[in-house]
Parts: sequence; C-alpha cells; structure tokens
Amino acid sequence: MTHHDSVYDGLLGEDTSQWAFGTDFEDPLAGVDTTLPDDVDAPALAAYCLMLGDDALIYSHRLSQWASNAPDLEDDIALSNIALDLLGQARLLLARAAAADPACVPVLPEGSPVPPEDALAFFRDEAAFRNVRLVEADDVGGDEGDFAVTIARLLLFSSYRLALVERLRSSRDPVLAAVAVKAVKELAYHRDYAGRWFLTLARGTEESRRRLLAGLALVWPLHDELFRTHPVEASVAEQGVGVDPATLGAEVDVVLEQVLSTSGVARPDVAQVGPVAGGAGRDGRHGEQMGRLLAELQVVARAHPMGLW
Amino acid sequence: MSDVRAEWPLYEVFVRGKRGLNHVHVGSLHAADDAMALRHARDVYTRRNEGVSIWAVRADAIAASSPDEKDPLFAPAGDKVYRHPTFYAIPDDVPHM
Repeated sequence: MTHHDSVYDGLLGEDTSQWAFGTDFEDPLAGVDTTLPDDVDAPALAAYCLMLGDDALIYSHRLSQWASNAPDLEDDIALSNIALDLLGQARLLLARAAAADPACVPVLPEGSPVPPEDALAFFRDEAAFRNVRLVEADDVGGDEGDFAVTIARLLLFSSYRLALVERLRSSRDPVLAAVAVKAVKELAYHRDYAGRWFLTLARGTEESRRRLLAGLALVWPLHDELFRTHPVEASVAEQGVGVDPATLGAEVDVVLEQVLSTSGVARPDVAQVGPVAGGAGRDGRHGEQMGRLLAELQVVARAHPMGLW
Repeated sequence: MSDVRAEWPLYEVFVRGKRGLNHVHVGSLHAADDAMALRHARDVYTRRNEGVSIWAVRADAIAASSPDEKDPLFAPAGDKVYRHPTFYAIPDDVPHM
C-alpha cells in the first residue's frame, strides 16, 4: 500500500488560482510505502517515534512562544518558522507512532474526530512524554528567559538532531527515512541560524556576550542526556530502524567545538543533570516546567474531546 | 558606545519566483549586514514557497527617481503609441509577451 492521506489535504481548498505563488507544495510522504516492515518490532518503533516526535513537539511549543516577543520582527518570524518546521516533524512522527502501535494512543470518547497524532499530543499525561529535558524550559516567560538562552539551546538541540536525522535517512522504516530526508534540510537551516547568532552575540557587545555565556551555562548541564542510550534506542538501532545517540556524541562535539572556538567561548565546565528516580526525559521524568507547558498546550483540546479543528 | 546604532539598516528584497522570469521587489526589512539580510529575507518573504532566488540590497544604495520628476521623465512617452510593435502577429507558442 503506498496511498496515504496527505497532511496537506484541505489546507489549500479546491481553487488554487487565487494564489500568485507557491501552491505546488511537496508531500514528504508522497510515494512512500507506509506499511510496516514485517521484521520490525512495532511497539519499539512506536516508542522511538514518540521520543523523536515529542522532542520536536515540545520544543516547537517553546519556540512558538517567541512569536510577537522576539527582539526584532525578522527574528520573530525566523523562530516561528523553525517552530513550524519542528511541528511538522512532530506530526509525521506521532502519526507514525500511532500507526505502528495503536495501543499507545489515548482512548477518546467514541465518535471523537480527533486524529491519532493529535490524541497523542493533547491527551497524554506528563509521564507518557518521552522528550529529552533540554527542550522543556521556558526561555521567553521563565525567570531566566532570554533570547541568548534560546540561541544556546537551539544550537545544542539542532546540532544533536541534525546529526541524528542525517543518520536516520538510512532507516529500514521507510517513513522514518522519509521524515529524516525532509528534516535534514530544515535542521541544517536551524543550526545555521543558531550558529550565526551565537557568533554574533559572543563577539558583539560586552552585554550580549555576558548573556550568551549565561545562557550556555544554563543549557549545557542537559548536554549529556542527549547522548545517553535508552533501551528503546538500543533496540531500534540494533534493528537498523533507529540511531543509538551515544554514537553521535563525538560528531556533534566537533561541530559545537567549531562554533565555540570561532566565537572565542570555552566549553562550559558545569556538572551534568543526572537521572531522577533512575530515569530521565526518555523515561517520562521531566523538569518542573513541563507540567505548566502541557497545561497550556493541552487545555483547549482536552476541554473539547469531540472538537473538530 | 558611540558606534552602536539604535536600528539596523534597511534592505530592499527582490525574489525570483518559480513561475517568474526575473527578480521582483517584494518588500523591505532590517538587518545588521548582508548575510543576515539574506537569511531574514528567506524567513520573511519565502516562507510560503514563493521563491528560488533572493537579492537583498541596502536601501541607501539604490538610486531612485523622484515623484517630482514624474512628468518630465514619463509623460513624453504617453502619446507615442507607434513605439509599440502592435502590428506584428505573435505566434501562440511564444510565451511571456
């Protein structure tokens, strides 16, 4: 079976003649065989898609908070674009998780029109989210919120995720591979954006450098968690479906080292955040800001489980 | 510091659309330098799949005609209808005329 419902169905309407430009959008899953490979452990694939999908969903929400709050209109739109790229990745990954293992999707009242990827995003509780803790903090409204913190966090996250999706392009799951092909181009831009701003702030004024160093020290304790292998990741890596993040660490550090040295910034010497009760983000153990984030993200959808959006 | 400006300089942005033949002016934006202007132009003016190429140029580098000169510059061409080659038949398969 190669047919699937395009995620862009219904966005443009029947008559596209009103648009002067840009109606020939590409469907990242066009022509991709969406059936599950027989010899792949479906629940493990679903759990892995939740990890990558939740990283994108939660960080997308945080970045979207910059809309109307960024230092300049142009960066306002740039950060919103990045958030939308990640939201698109999240949608495809959560949909794939639901297709691989329908049991992971929260049960809604009978007849609810909410699609499975939305049910996963809006009706799971905190402990069911599998994102790394790096993406949870509020850099806009939080106590330590600052544009420079977002730049440091985005550099770390996009460097990690770009290395990951580059490898994921050869996944044995055709959908993961297709999502990765699309994501590589997006993340290359995100990393470029973060890297340029990192350099600009580091070599800008005394104040911009002070804020950047503070931001880097704030996000760096969550560096090691990105490269710690969860049993699910080990399992999908062994099957040729996913990537063992421990194998990405050296490659990512080369990139980070290059940005840091060009910017005249030393690699922070700060203690890493360890596991909580034996687990980290990939086990559903999250930081204190995660609950408030989910409340804001989910409140409207949860109030209307029969709603059609 | 005296060399810190309150505002970034203004750039004019030109985008070549997939269906277009040449770069068309689409708007303006602020950026600290040329490289940032290109990135900002990409983010602000091509997010709906509008373009395949961008030019960004400092607004103060553009020589522009003044509205006051409108009549001496353009009015004299208004009645020279014979400058249009309207007496040629254009074949159907010639595009973009």
